[in-house]
Amino acid sequence: MTRFGFVMANLFRRKTRGTLTLLSVVSAFLLFGLLQAVHVLFNAGVDFVGATRVVTQARVSFTSALPLRLLSEITAIPGVSEVMHETWFGGVWQTNTPLTTFATVPEQLHAVYPEWVMPEAEWRAFAATRTGMIVGRQVADQFGWKVGQKIPLASNIYPRKDGSKAWAFDLVGIFDGKDENWQRQTTQEFINYAYFDEENQFGRGNVNIYVEKLKQGADPAAVAHAIDARFENSTDETKTQTEREFNVGFVKQIGDIGLIVRWILSAVFFTLLLVVGNTMAQSVRERIPELAVLKTLGFTDASVLGFVIAEAAAFCILGGLIGLALATGVGALVERKLGGFLPLAVDAGVWATGFAAMVAMSLAVGLLPALRAKRLNIVDALAGR
Amino acid sequence: MSEPMVAVRDVTKVYVRGAQRVEVLHGISLEIPRGDFVALMGPSGSGKTTLLNLIGGLDQPSSGEVEVAGRRIDRLAGNALSHWRSENVGFIFQFYNLMPVLTAADNVELPLLLTRLPAAQRRRNVEIVLQIVGLADRARHRPNELSGGQEQRVAIARAIVSDPQILVCDEPTGDLDRATADEILKLLQTLNREHGKTIVMVTHDPKAAEYAGRTIHLDKGRLVDGAVAA
Repeated sequence: MTRFGFVMANLFRRKTRGTLTLLSVVSAFLLFGLLQAVHVLFNAGVDFVGATRVVTQARVSFTSALPLRLLSEITAIPGVSEVMHETWFGGVWQTNTPLTTFATVPEQLHAVYPEWVMPEAEWRAFAATRTGMIVGRQVADQFGWKVGQKIPLASNIYPRKDGSKAWAFDLVGIFDGKDENWQRQTTQEFINYAYFDEENQFGRGNVNIYVEKLKQGADPAAVAHAIDARFENSTDETKTQTEREFNVGFVKQIGDIGLIVRWILSAVFFTLLLVVGNTMAQSVRERIPELAVLKTLGFTDASVLGFVIAEAAAFCILGGLIGLALATGVGALVERKLGGFLPLAVDAGVWATGFAAMVAMSLAVGLLPALRAKRLNIVDALAGR
Repeated sequence: MSEPMVAVRDVTKVYVRGAQRVEVLHGISLEIPRGDFVALMGPSGSGKTTLLNLIGGLDQPSSGEVEVAGRRIDRLAGNALSHWRSENVGFIFQFYNLMPVLTAADNVELPLLLTRLPAAQRRRNVEIVLQIVGLADRARHRPNELSGGQEQRVAIARAIVSDPQILVCDEPTGDLDRATADEILKLLQTLNREHGKTIVMVTHDPKAAEYAGRTIHLDKGRLVDGAVAA
């Protein structure tokens, strides 16, 4: 037997209580890992390294429109190879199935996103059909849509000129992703901007964002800076960022994610402190005589303090490691499912923060019971006083 | 004459509980030679356990001197006293006080974690003392799988595994039936006679005291008879 073995034996002296406490720590750190990854994702600085495309939106918000006339000016910026624009259409299928539909120019989409793979005939049909629509493979599979089908969609944003919210598109193509990662992102639809712009009741000649494909070797940060500088102090100031940052900003519409995450984590850890703290306090209280025997045998006050702290640490660190390992797996799974749309990585930074939280929690929940154990008077404790 | 194992000189012990001041021992002096087996007897509240705690280094006298195994332990405190206990005294309690989460062998090994002995040597020592107390075949059992007598044997094995000079026993048979108590007392007698352990045993039981070589009586914190003057 070792001192470590002694600590571990005491950890599960009451199996149900020990297991439930451990599970609560595991759950807390699973949540911590995932939320911390979200927190990091939403608070990371702009990183242009490796970017092959940048996204330009109105400086205030991507929900504010940018005029179509910026297209030619952006195309002229050095380092920009191709430019496309996108406008959020949304759309509702049948009664209540929201879709992710964008209005764009078919040729531009094809040029800027070679990752979308579709027969050339279907690309041509998309360009030639004003009411044309192409959909990702996953969407087509989900709804059983076939090329040639008429797709009626409702729009909650854009009424048609006649006031109706009912739109109808001709499905002219189904696109795939160039690889497994892109295939997982085939969850969106594109419609022809020309038809959308002509048919909707308001906001003609406006788009939500521009996506710029960069020339080989172009510096993404420099191009982004040049685009924003081009429209500085104009009525259409822009904010250019990587696709990743844009995606994050898209999700940030929900609210202040960082604040939400902090509040949830605070609540989780406060509850955890109570749960594990109570377990440790109970555990020490119910074996006062045993701790007194340890001292009788010659274990010093510091050793007894160490045993109790070590038990608290074992709960927190064992549960924390399992929780973070699960969070890493779940994070990777979520990222895979979202096809890299949101890179939810439980990375080394999250692990380091998690480990610091484990150590801090061990001290927070273990110190008071440990001090109580340390201060035990042997004679009183053995006499049950 | 050789140095006594225990020398208590003019010891008083006063407990203060709130506003109350209780003097439990009044100027006790006694000597216990090496290799002696002494029973401490007396009515409840006579100070037997308090005296035993002072001899075992679990408590400090309010005044006077306590010398055990050649060391003035009334001058020791904190870690020094803990180390001294781990090297010199084996404790046996009425209710065994084993760790319920550990096996018999692990319970016995516990004091050896305070030594520098390697794990293999610790295990060998544990086997030897479990054989001495007749429980080699119960090494892997937990306390709740043992009878009261067996638990007390494990406690005795734990008390002797680090080869202390003196065993301090507080009512070691108080929770056992007569036959089992006799077995435990015989075992203590064997440890005294064959292994040379000095034993100081508090007991209410006159039959238990018969196993000791000498009986010291206390009453109201004073020695009544049987003590060798220090």
